[in-house]
Amino acid sequence: MIVRQISVFLENRQGTLAKALSVLHDNGVNLRAMTVADTADFGIMRIVVNEPEKVEKILQAADYAVKITPVLALKVEDAPGELMNKVQELADGGISVEYVYAFATADPDGARVVFKVDKLEQAYKILIGKNIVNSDDSNENYW
Amino acid sequence: MGGEKVYWNEPIETMGRAQMEELQTTRLRETVKRVYQQVPFYRSKMQAQGLLPEDIVRLEDIQKLPFIIKQDMRDNYPYGLFAVPLSEIVRIHASSGTTGKPTVVGYTKRDLGIWAEVMARAYSYSGATKKSCIQIAYGYGLFTGGLGAHYGAELLGASVIPISTGNTARQIMLMKDFGTTVLACTPSYALFIAETIVEMGMDLSEFSLKAGIFGAEPWSDNMRREIETRLGIKALDIYGLSEIIGPGVACDCLCQNGLHISEDHFYPEIINPVTGEVMPEGEKGELVITTITKEGMPLVRYRTHDLTMLNRDVCDCGRTLIRMGKILGRSDDMLIIRGVNVFPSQVESVLLSIGNTSPHYQLIVEREDNLDILTVMVEVNEEMFSDEVRGLEELEHKIKAALSSVLQISAKVRLVNPKSLERSEGKAKRVIDNRKI
Repeated sequence: MIVRQISVFLENRQGTLAKALSVLHDNGVNLRAMTVADTADFGIMRIVVNEPEKVEKILQAADYAVKITPVLALKVEDAPGELMNKVQELADGGISVEYVYAFATADPDGARVVFKVDKLEQAYKILIGKNIVNSDDSNENYW
Repeated sequence: MGGEKVYWNEPIETMGRAQMEELQTTRLRETVKRVYQQVPFYRSKMQAQGLLPEDIVRLEDIQKLPFIIKQDMRDNYPYGLFAVPLSEIVRIHASSGTTGKPTVVGYTKRDLGIWAEVMARAYSYSGATKKSCIQIAYGYGLFTGGLGAHYGAELLGASVIPISTGNTARQIMLMKDFGTTVLACTPSYALFIAETIVEMGMDLSEFSLKAGIFGAEPWSDNMRREIETRLGIKALDIYGLSEIIGPGVACDCLCQNGLHISEDHFYPEIINPVTGEVMPEGEKGELVITTITKEGMPLVRYRTHDLTMLNRDVCDCGRTLIRMGKILGRSDDMLIIRGVNVFPSQVESVLLSIGNTSPHYQLIVEREDNLDILTVMVEVNEEMFSDEVRGLEELEHKIKAALSSVLQISAKVRLVNPKSLERSEGKAKRVIDNRKI
């Protein structure tokens, strides 16, 4: 499915991540997924949450630079080759993956993998065509 | 100095006060008459105040005349303030400007002669003579430092090494092999050279260095002592600005108790930077200079924005030329970084040219290993923020490239969180200067 991921600019120094997380905590936000990309000077925290628009406003009010980016979130069965097959389909369809991160859920079905791709709509169509995702599987808050 | 000539131009350097003022009065009147006739800018400004050249009779009458500021030079870019036709101009120099347009100055042949004369005096204040070997490690080019220091050293008759800036190891090798006795560069570069000599495992006894003429950036007495100890020389402060002529407007003598202004060419005043009124002698204020002999681009009452004080007492060296104190600071927000003038507004214009809105920013200046480091902190706003590391790094590089092309010096760029930069009473604090000078 397509989910709206929130990206947050963080300076790369001690305590900035803890502070951002405490802002989310203070507002009762539960993280579904999270990753931090970093350079020597700064990082980008990417999170998946329920009600992204609401969380975006919370972070903006706390003086963070925030951006909502639509990304693909796929269920991946707990078996060898499951992720490889999906990435191969995207590659065959001419889709470039800009970044990817995986995380576990309480769901017994397996893990989730988030893909930021260059041509999102096209990638989504390819995955539906290959029965990798269901078109009705569109409730962001499902997981 | 055993039998060597102590003064370069004894009649001028030791001229009595009354005689000097007579000379200045004559030259001032000529200058005012000339700019009134030749430069529409001055004529209209004087007319607006109901002034005629004949109203300037005594030296004090200079106070009736309006000031000229750097913005006037930009408004008249490039040649609007020249008082001679371009055919009489033999050299053009320029310094960096806030909007990308430089400040332009033009010299006639006679102006270049005056410049060499005042620079030769400056060298002679350090004890340099035609027997000296002078290494010029100021940049050569549009910047006035290199060529100004060069022609003065040639006029003195010294052996000149026009090495320009950079390649410190080579500077040091030639300094040793050629027997350099006088080094001309920025004080921070002098310290850097001193450190590199130690790093290269060389000993001061291998060098013939006796004095240094250091300028183009503010420095303290502590830094002077450090340079003197590390290089085993006398370190003299030289003052100048391209608008007036370049280096050589004033220079320390070996007494190091104030910089002698070549006041037969540059008439100094100290004003209250807020009211514009002339301050009593000895009081601290903004230095205002009138060029009283320049032909190409005479400036009448140019506000330097440099804060200092004047002293007309005869110096222990015997010179009567008026002395100015070390520069105590600026009366505007200009920074001098590695000898280059930097205005916060230049940074703002760069940031504006990259995004649609100018983000908040702050300039942090530090001195590491005796070199000035400029870091520009930029608050990331929603418009600039990219979800991808690559996007933000590209933005950093773009800002960096644009800054170095506009400022003429390289700057570090650091992206920081929105609203994280210090603001005082809602107004952004644009500059933090952590240099200990």
